Amino acid sequence: MNELFVQIILGISIASVPLIFAATGELLVERSGVLNLGVEGMMIVGAITGFVVQFHFDNALLSLAAAIIAGMSIAAIFAFLTQIMLTNQVATGLALTLFGLGVSAFWGRAYSKVTVDRVDAINVPGLSDLPIVGPLVFSYDPLFYLSILMVILVWYFLNRTKKGLILRAIGDNHDAAHAIGHKVVRYRFIAILFGGAMAGIGGAYLSLVQVPIWVEGMTAGRGWISLALVVFASWQPFKVIVGAIIFGGITILQLHAQGFGVNVDAQYLSMLPYLMTIFVLVTLRIRIKSNTNRVMPSCLGKIFHSTQ
Amino acid sequence: MKYQLELKEVSKSFGPVQANDGISFAIKPGSVHALLGENGAGKSTLVKIIYGSLEPDEGSMKWYGEDFCPTNPFEAREKGVAMVFQHFSLFESLTVAENIVLGLDNVVLDDVIISKIEKYSKQYGLSINPHQVVGDLSVGARQRVEIVRCLMQNPKLLIMDEPTSVLTPKEVTDLFLTLRKLADNGCAILYISHKLEEVRQICKYATILRNGSLIKNCNPQEHTKDEIAEMMIGKKIIKLARENIKHGKEIFSINSLSSKSNNMFGVDLKDINLSVRQGSITGIAGVAGNGQDELMRILIGEDNAPASSLEFKGLDITRLTSHQRRQLSMFFVPEERLGHGAVPSMGLDENMLLSRPNSSKMTRNNIIDWKQVRNLTNNVVDTFNVMTPSVSAEAQSLSGGNLQKFMVGRELIQNPELLIIAQPTWGVDAGSANNIHQALIALADSGSSVLIISQDLDEILSLCEQVHVLYNGSLSDSVDMQKNGLEKISQLMLGGAIQ
Repeated sequence: MNELFVQIILGISIASVPLIFAATGELLVERSGVLNLGVEGMMIVGAITGFVVQFHFDNALLSLAAAIIAGMSIAAIFAFLTQIMLTNQVATGLALTLFGLGVSAFWGRAYSKVTVDRVDAINVPGLSDLPIVGPLVFSYDPLFYLSILMVILVWYFLNRTKKGLILRAIGDNHDAAHAIGHKVVRYRFIAILFGGAMAGIGGAYLSLVQVPIWVEGMTAGRGWISLALVVFASWQPFKVIVGAIIFGGITILQLHAQGFGVNVDAQYLSMLPYLMTIFVLVTLRIRIKSNTNRVMPSCLGKIFHSTQ
Repeated sequence: MKYQLELKEVSKSFGPVQANDGISFAIKPGSVHALLGENGAGKSTLVKIIYGSLEPDEGSMKWYGEDFCPTNPFEAREKGVAMVFQHFSLFESLTVAENIVLGLDNVVLDDVIISKIEKYSKQYGLSINPHQVVGDLSVGARQRVEIVRCLMQNPKLLIMDEPTSVLTPKEVTDLFLTLRKLADNGCAILYISHKLEEVRQICKYATILRNGSLIKNCNPQEHTKDEIAEMMIGKKIIKLARENIKHGKEIFSINSLSSKSNNMFGVDLKDINLSVRQGSITGIAGVAGNGQDELMRILIGEDNAPASSLEFKGLDITRLTSHQRRQLSMFFVPEERLGHGAVPSMGLDENMLLSRPNSSKMTRNNIIDWKQVRNLTNNVVDTFNVMTPSVSAEAQSLSGGNLQKFMVGRELIQNPELLIIAQPTWGVDAGSANNIHQALIALADSGSSVLIISQDLDEILSLCEQVHVLYNGSLSDSVDMQKNGLEKISQLMLGGAIQ
């Protein structure tokens, strides 16, 4: 029973990591007042790029770097279009998701029947051998720890640094921030690139750690769930972890439920994480209806056009 | 003597529009200097040049006798120029302290800065709490935050853009005390306003602009209010006077109207009674936030009123929508121009069409007759001297004063039998205010009725034959203006009852 418990916990954390990465990146982007709906696209491009590089060079660090650059490249297109050319953020984000899914499928055709070496967990010598606590705390892959670290860093940046304060201010009122003399477009551009990098790692985690193979469309809506997570977390970094564990948990539990032969059609169980997303968003909306304006960055999705 | 700031022949044009044409003036250290002009006279452009947001095409500026040409706000701030904006540049979801830190260079949020904020707010009588979220603050408190933010930079020159347009009389008095303290400490103040009484009260120097050109540098205390207004608009102010006051029978009445406000911070209306007769101008005075918004929403038909509490031409109109009320020839100009009075992102012509009753011939079998719409819009734009690039310009692209002129005109050309208007000249310059007042008088002279809800007591007193005061949701009886009228009104506005 203990072993199953440990297995489930491990499974949940592995399912949560890509969500934590992508959602934390998007959280910073949205805090700056930009709504990037291209998360799914950035993730899948990160996934295929990481996989291809790992296949050819068999070097985990190099693959990750490639995935980060790939995610940032897509993000850079988004940033250029929305911040410089002032296109609509919703339409541009949707377009890039479709573009990412398409280009990854095209590029991945040659790689659909191969596998790569899984990026392994690091076992902290001594500690990871402890019963229960050992495997639960000390035997994850390095990216798991990195994802938690990134949440902490983003929280620290937003709440404890002047630049973080400026970024939040830009998300709240970009005209006022501009009037004081802060560089709205520059901050947003960098935030978008950061979001791309995080989505890239999240995607690579899917194809390098979760299942070391390439399947077309393997992100399977995780980019969208990440977007929902940001709302669920009411734009607070640490709540992203809570949300990711809930969604990751449902994904794993429904798998185990299928494994145990629960007498429900597998399709219904697979729907659960997505139904949960809708359910959470609706209930959350009702709960925070009165002070939604307080938690949501006021300039979210609005185009900033400097009159100067 | 060295001037704090000296402008020489500063010019700036945007394409074909000459916003500033060879403007020269000088500000003495520790003086309060007014910059006066109508909407579009070039005040904002000039201020942006001083603050470094714009660069002049020609001319030069000197700061304590040294060349001064800031290319961005940071450079201007470094020299000691600070600015309080007309539309506050505050961040609603952040705390007071965070907002202040954002406006300062090389400062982080810590206990030192918080105690500094407290020190400044005490020193200048600006009560603020650094830990409060700005979104929860009143307009006056927000302005205090802006001023403290500016003071933290130890400014040598503080620019204030229309600082009193949103304040209650008490807040204005407090603000002037602060400004005097500042000036006494050696900080020069450039005070932009079109409220001439205030300017005469607080400023010893004034620069008057018109159409981008300098008209005069003078001491406003040596001129009458009308003289200054005439310099600003370049023509005589016409004295307001009603020629033939002829009151007919009652056309509109409010009967025992009580209503709970649906806003948490709103004011409940308590047993309001009012009678408006044909050909009369009735005024409702009072300090903002005493139920004006709630009453206006009920009059327009945005909020429901109890049955038979509103009667127009003998009909109970409480169940009618605002569109149906317009059909009965009851028209409105709400206070909030963008959002209530006009759709911000739609053209003037479209906004014209949206508020029309069916009878106005702008549609034929539900198909829009754009030619007719544009004709009527053009008519309003010409008659009320609305400055707009075209009749299809977006409502939000017009300045507040211009949009107000358009909205008043839009209602007036319908020849309403009853016009209900809130803050008719809020943010409108002297010349246009004069035009609007004359139009309202002409409307009443023609036999229609006007109901004005305004915080501007001067306006109410100069226009209305019948004055009521709204205080904490209750409406006073009509005040007899013959016997100490002004005194009674002031008393009522502060909550005292008539003895």
